[in-house]
Amino acid sequence: MAKEKKGVRLEHVSKIYKDPKTKKEFYAVFDTSLNIEPGTFVTLLGPSGCGKTTTLRMIAGFESPDEGEIYLGGEPINALTPNKRDTAMVFQSYALLPHYNIFDNVAYGLRLRKYDRATIKQKVTDILALVGLEGMESRMTNQLSGGQQQRVALARALVLEPGVLLFDEPLSNLDAKLRVQMRTEIRRIQQEAGITAIYVTHDQSEAMAISDQIIIMEKGVVSQIGTPQEIYYHPKNEFVADFIGEANFLKGTLVEKNGSDDKATGVARIGEDKVEVQEVGHLNVGDPCELVLRPESAVLADEGQLPCKVVLSCFMGSYQNYHVMVGDTLVKITDFNPKNKKIYDVGDSAFVVFDPKNVHIL
Amino acid sequence: MAGKQGSKLDRQKFFADPIMVTTIVLLIAFLTLFILYPLAILLVDSFLTEKGFTLDVFRRIMAMSNFRRAITNTLKVGFLVGIASSLIGLLFAYVEVYVELKTKLLEGLFKVVSMLPVVSPPFVLSLSMIMLFGKSGIITRYLLHIYDNSVYGFWGIVIVQTLTFFPVCYMMMKGLLKNIDPSLEEAARDMGASRFKVFSSVTLPLILPGLGNAFLVTFIESIADFANPMIIGGSYDTLATTIYLQITGAYDKQGAAAMAVVLLCITLLMFIVQKYYLEAKSTATLSGKASRARMMITDRSVTVPLSILCTLMALFVVLMYICVPFGALFKTWGYDFHLTTKWFAQVFTRYKGFKAFRDSFLLSLIASPITALLSMIISYLVVKRNFKSKGFIEAVSMLAMAVPGTVLGIGYIRGFSGGLFHTGILQGLYGSAAILIIVFIVRSLPTGTRSGISALRQIDKSIEESAYDMGADSFKVFMTVTLPLIKDSFLSGLVTAFVRSITAISAIILLVTPQFLLITVQINEFAEKGAYGIACAFATILIVITYTSVLLMNLFIKYFGTSRVTE
Repeated sequence: MAKEKKGVRLEHVSKIYKDPKTKKEFYAVFDTSLNIEPGTFVTLLGPSGCGKTTTLRMIAGFESPDEGEIYLGGEPINALTPNKRDTAMVFQSYALLPHYNIFDNVAYGLRLRKYDRATIKQKVTDILALVGLEGMESRMTNQLSGGQQQRVALARALVLEPGVLLFDEPLSNLDAKLRVQMRTEIRRIQQEAGITAIYVTHDQSEAMAISDQIIIMEKGVVSQIGTPQEIYYHPKNEFVADFIGEANFLKGTLVEKNGSDDKATGVARIGEDKVEVQEVGHLNVGDPCELVLRPESAVLADEGQLPCKVVLSCFMGSYQNYHVMVGDTLVKITDFNPKNKKIYDVGDSAFVVFDPKNVHIL
Repeated sequence: MAGKQGSKLDRQKFFADPIMVTTIVLLIAFLTLFILYPLAILLVDSFLTEKGFTLDVFRRIMAMSNFRRAITNTLKVGFLVGIASSLIGLLFAYVEVYVELKTKLLEGLFKVVSMLPVVSPPFVLSLSMIMLFGKSGIITRYLLHIYDNSVYGFWGIVIVQTLTFFPVCYMMMKGLLKNIDPSLEEAARDMGASRFKVFSSVTLPLILPGLGNAFLVTFIESIADFANPMIIGGSYDTLATTIYLQITGAYDKQGAAAMAVVLLCITLLMFIVQKYYLEAKSTATLSGKASRARMMITDRSVTVPLSILCTLMALFVVLMYICVPFGALFKTWGYDFHLTTKWFAQVFTRYKGFKAFRDSFLLSLIASPITALLSMIISYLVVKRNFKSKGFIEAVSMLAMAVPGTVLGIGYIRGFSGGLFHTGILQGLYGSAAILIIVFIVRSLPTGTRSGISALRQIDKSIEESAYDMGADSFKVFMTVTLPLIKDSFLSGLVTAFVRSITAISAIILLVTPQFLLITVQINEFAEKGAYGIACAFATILIVITYTSVLLMNLFIKYFGTSRVTE
């Protein structure tokens, strides 16, 4: 549907803001370089204040970068005003024009582009069908539920067939169930329209569910870029590991290393215990290291790698939730399908068991 | 920190918008020429004597005891009127927005009453005050048999000004209350707060900046008011009347200029205090998300006392106004109560009534759309855009708010009678229709701008951003999104400008030349002479004109306004 899918490239882009209270300048976004391929769905993910929305607003043209250049489909667009950019944005507050009905809201951009009446009618009808709002053309915006308003906002952006579609936390005002439903919808529509999409959110499960690529930002800096799988299984640092899903961090030292490439295996010492580890090519013997252990990658058993003491044991239906102490470190474990397994109680001693393949070493 | 490429790009984007740049340049020229320059001339006048730069003129006027007394008089009246008006205004607004009124009649009465003082020339209430409570007043002389009651002086001014200005507060508060998301109050009620608690802990804090704003507006209006103290003040002089007498009676242009500077400093000071207090507290309560309609209060323990209170006040105001047409219909007020049409006849046969109405009407009609559009443009620029000279535009349009009409009038006399800086340039302006229209515009601009700004502040900025993002340039965004969203505010700005212009007197009385006959100037003249019959006849027709225009506006808003969205 998009006239032309466009890629977005940021080259060393920075944005400086002034703190209104202290009058001190700081980097809201610092030296960010991105390359977003045409037709992909990319999410900017991070806690509030990490610069993700500022980045999005710079691409839309509402903010001007203080350093660097932004390219849309290969063209530098720094000097273009938002109305001259081939982008369309879906706002967090929907930002529907309250004095127009649904049809007029969706037709607004088309009318500015001077399409004839018949074409506008056709396009609006088509796009409303795509977002599931057939026959609602004459409703006013305040007669719609939150989800419907969001669909109008999406239709209004899509109908312009922009080179890139921008989303600024579009689902944060919806309830949880609707959020899940809408994100699937957004992904489906993006795929059908074959459009480049950049999506800002602080909800990691949302990002995982819809993205081709996730860009994690922290304090104005890009921490990691990768597919959801790469980011989940191979987080580059503690921040990413902790932000995406749940993670346990076990501090130790590498005491043995076999091989020298990325795939090198070895042994790490955690407290008094030694565990086998994989993919330690980036470390040398004697280096401190950190094991990232996802709660679902470990189980409890009578024998295993790390002795522990159970401090919480809670039946959750589909899994048993454990908190255990390994030395001084709290480790969370979710043991799925616990029906025919031994259940440990608070105070029990046990061992944490995991497959070295499922552990990521920082 | 390194490169400031961002601000350069912002500038570049800004200049890519020629309509906006032109608008801003024209706006700056207008504001400089017609607001800043006349005030600057006043300063020059009052500091510059033959001996060069001195404080002599100020020393001279401060030595006058009547001037010193005028200062304290003005402040006392202003403070009291400010408080009384904002509270009564809040009461009326609250009752209209929150309380389920039982009868259509009561509802209508409220609207008429609240509108009446807005549409009437300010001194009409002074007239009726004298006719009801004065020496030959109907109530004092014939009902109470008091033969020496004096309405002239402090209390006369306070009562008349309060009744004149509270409707302005009422309109301001109504706008604010309507914009409060009802769910905020429902939430408080739900958490166990009583109605009063909801009002005091949720509603009141939300509208407190607005209430302060209303107080400020009335305070300054009261200080700047010229017509009421003129007619009902008696020997109780305020600054505005003192200045007027200084230039028309004593022909002391320098003294008047210096006094005007003093008056300006007072209003300016208050204005700045209030503005900074307000700025810190203003909150946006309207988002781009649609919210539900408010559940009206139907509890009789609330509706009955509030209704009675408002009805009593309403009846009093109605009485004051009914007085005026009757004043025009009685042969001799206070002595001969036979009905007659001779005063109306005289207005048109002896006193060039047609010309007066034509002049007033046309000049105001030209001024009001310009004012309304200009104030919406200024509000839009101030609230929604970022550019270098924005501070200037905002400051000067706000400054105009603090400039009393009398001060502006003196400034225009000094600034334009001899051309710009007494060089003869633009001298043709002085005494022309254009300068009267410009005075009308400048006088109404601050009110319009203020209401425009508060209306715009409550619109989520992403609504306009979304239009911008979809391809509209600033002009298009303004015309298709901003203006329609503040359509009510724009329309009321239009009508307010018209009404303010056609009823204006303080600045215009100093500038009008015999070539133009203005109704207000006529009323003032006849009222001062004690010719109440003629004054009332003029005033009645003026009220009819202004009330009709407000009625038309309300009808228009009802059928085409943004409130239709909620239906």
